[in-house]
Amino acid sequence: MEITNHHYKHCDLISLKGRVDSYTAPQLNEVIAAVTKAGRYKIVLDMSGLEYMSSAGFRTLLVGQKNCKRYNRGEVVLAAVPKRIYEAIELTGFTPLFKIFDDVTAAVGSF
Amino acid sequence: MRTAIFPARYKSLDDMRQFAAQAAKDAGMDDIEVYAVELAVDEACTNIIEHAYGLDKGGEIECTCTAANDCLTVILRDHGKPFNLSSVMEPDLSSGLEKRPLGGLGVYLMRQLMDEVRFETLGEAGNLLTMVKHKGRK
Repeated sequence: MEITNHHYKHCDLISLKGRVDSYTAPQLNEVIAAVTKAGRYKIVLDMSGLEYMSSAGFRTLLVGQKNCKRYNRGEVVLAAVPKRIYEAIELTGFTPLFKIFDDVTAAVGSF
Repeated sequence: MRTAIFPARYKSLDDMRQFAAQAAKDAGMDDIEVYAVELAVDEACTNIIEHAYGLDKGGEIECTCTAANDCLTVILRDHGKPFNLSSVMEPDLSSGLEKRPLGGLGVYLMRQLMDEVRFETLGEAGNLLTMVKHKGRK
């Protein structure tokens, strides 16, 4: 999995490419944690390059969301989620917990 | 029927998914069904690595895929501690963010994605997790 992070004025854009499973989820966790440790809690996850995500990835998203939303500090939003990954997220009942945008520009613009 | 043995480590998950995905493709399943099989096998193997063997303890997972009568049967055998899936409570998927549980999602997904999920423990012969997916049944 490849992860890039772009720091915008109003939010951080984390772009994911490849596959997130129990082996690679800790990488994603580290990147999100580094952003929040720096005191930034508004995060867009660009999932357009993602081929696969298991529940290990969903858990990482949930931990990030809990951390960002605490004390109304911010939020994790998802952008360009591939259909099959969206269906699995929906199956786990996570869709009400995240704002999901069709494209990255709209997601970044929401902050 | 095809069988492969993988080291019970997270690093093997990619190979395990590919092995099961190929069996699903060869059984004539469509992309959605192939993805479901990949995800279910990943979640099952993750549980075996975490709970049956304990992280980084080592061990192996034997994966057997059989296609017959419009369905794919995946059998995972391990020699770790028996981890009975029926002991896993269904997660509360309606709770709010703060109370949303972090565990139990993998087993829940396996049950949603596959048509049958069975666990049995055979003593020295190990533990068997059998998952069946029917073709063309959504």
